[in-house]
Amino acid sequence: MFCWGAKAKSLNAVGFPNARDWNPTEEDWKLPENWQEIFLEGMRERLSKYRSFRLFMDICVRCGACADKCHFFIGTGDPKNMPVLRAELLRSVYRRYFTKAGKMFGKLAGARDLDLKVLKELWYYAFQCTECRRCSVFCPYGIDTAEITIIVRELLNLLGLNIQWTMGPVADCYMKGNHLGIEPHTMVNIFETMCDDIETLTGIKITPSFNRKGAEILFVTPSGDFFADPGTYTCMGYLMLFHELGLDYTWSTYAAEGGNFGFFTSNEMAKRLNSKIYAEAKRLGVKWILGGECGHMWRVMNQYMDTWNGPADFLEVPKSPVTGTVFENARSTRMTHIIEFTADLIRHGKLKLDPRRNDHLKVTFHDSCNTSRAMGIFEEPRYVIKSVCNHFYEMPDGTTREQTFCCGSGSGFNAGENMELRLRGGLPRANAVKYVRDKYDVNMLANICAIDRAALTTSMNYWNPGMGVTGVHELVANALIMTGEKKRETNMRGDPLDMPVEEPEAEAGAAAPADKAAGGKANV
Amino acid sequence: MPTIDFQGKQIELDEDGYLVNLGDWTPDLATHLATGDGMTLTESHWEVINFLRDYYAKYQIAPMIKILVKEIAKSMGPEKGNTKYLYELYPAGPAKQACRYAGLPKPTGCV
Repeated sequence: MFCWGAKAKSLNAVGFPNARDWNPTEEDWKLPENWQEIFLEGMRERLSKYRSFRLFMDICVRCGACADKCHFFIGTGDPKNMPVLRAELLRSVYRRYFTKAGKMFGKLAGARDLDLKVLKELWYYAFQCTECRRCSVFCPYGIDTAEITIIVRELLNLLGLNIQWTMGPVADCYMKGNHLGIEPHTMVNIFETMCDDIETLTGIKITPSFNRKGAEILFVTPSGDFFADPGTYTCMGYLMLFHELGLDYTWSTYAAEGGNFGFFTSNEMAKRLNSKIYAEAKRLGVKWILGGECGHMWRVMNQYMDTWNGPADFLEVPKSPVTGTVFENARSTRMTHIIEFTADLIRHGKLKLDPRRNDHLKVTFHDSCNTSRAMGIFEEPRYVIKSVCNHFYEMPDGTTREQTFCCGSGSGFNAGENMELRLRGGLPRANAVKYVRDKYDVNMLANICAIDRAALTTSMNYWNPGMGVTGVHELVANALIMTGEKKRETNMRGDPLDMPVEEPEAEAGAAAPADKAAGGKANV
Repeated sequence: MPTIDFQGKQIELDEDGYLVNLGDWTPDLATHLATGDGMTLTESHWEVINFLRDYYAKYQIAPMIKILVKEIAKSMGPEKGNTKYLYELYPAGPAKQACRYAGLPKPTGCV
């Protein structure tokens, strides 16, 4: 179970070392002669640079609290997918070369030589961790196994040992502005198509702007949202919402990617890709940045962007032009998650909503690993969903919020050749979805992540056939009553609406449950 | 990297059978690749392949499904403008299978 090795052309595009075509199934991985030296030097450098890395190497007592928390261990039954043992693959090398006991007693001290077999094992398991960080929630020491995986991937990257499903998007994002390699004129063509669909649905013509200087807000979302279904319906949802609000915003064809597959190769690459967003915000002279529904994008924005490429002092603290809410939590990054923005709109009664248009759906919500564990966004999506849908059901405790299960394909694993691992890794999440399907007839799995929309669609087709997958802003768009719209005949996907014929007068925000706060983070 | 010998020429393919060099593509090669999967390319199949190639020449990427569906509806009639019809033509998926015969690279990312 693995993805194909990274290609020379993609590695070359960003100047990564040892660029060559190679095949993981072949004996010869075409490594540089001094590969051990490179690997260990890379390790030494990172041990001195990242205190957390040395700490995580040293302090694990192998208590096993993490062992059964990993979706890949649950799905594969492979002991090396217990986070503790996965990390042990690198710890054993650490002991051998960086601790006295390991240097002296070798195997007795749990140390092992870095040979080719060990290297290949590290590669195999570094790409069987989605960096979802569920295990870290349960670690009594707070060891973040994702950070260990990140380091292993960085070290492998020094030897050109990456996977193409990650490297292709990295190269495309670097050269063309987004993971999919959508060029500016293509992006415009795609948006015209989506706007045609919106006009058919609502009778309203929307003409979004691109690279517009002087706009108040720059909007950035993962490119999957404007390329692959069902993400496109969510993207149409953004377009409809912004149009209805009369938002002074622009798309960018340069910073046309919210996601950051660079984050799955090395910190340095992630920083390079991330820098485009502030650079574009500065060039266009916007006041602040609004970001779409994405998972790992927000881990990067929330925990790294400011340190890497900040301070963004040329921007203002995000302030909703509709409600006046200042998003204090984005004071340093100057970038706000759209689910916080929309929850705030609903909280202030700024949207006309008819949740009956989602009555054909019984919805559950999958917390994305990164927005939940890296940001604590729990209430906002639920508040928005409950405001636009009448039927919402939670999956069982222990599978949601900070304990959410990974979709199974995060961190750049969505490749076709990797299907078995993806489906095995997707099993725990799918099992919880099956529970609410059997109990409440749930037929729609909502989420706020583009990888989720792609990965869960595949996973559900296999584990829970018939289960739909949607972004939250598709549900918002279904319910959104737009000024001057024609009577909706279908939902966003073109399926006939199953609801009463007469359209009642809808009051602004009347559909919103007024008793729930929009979440603790916005300064309402 | 695997290669196939076709009409006296070595054609390089990637691990999933997609052309490495888009310039290697010929209609005969498309037929050859389809035959390898036990498929016969009919006029309806060619309609899709030709559109994919035209779109790629203009936009440097395979079209999103939405655009392909609309185009097929335009040229073949609204009853065929749906993903079901495309999956009937290309059971392994229009994005994957048809792109491979058309000589286009497969899209990667959050898809």
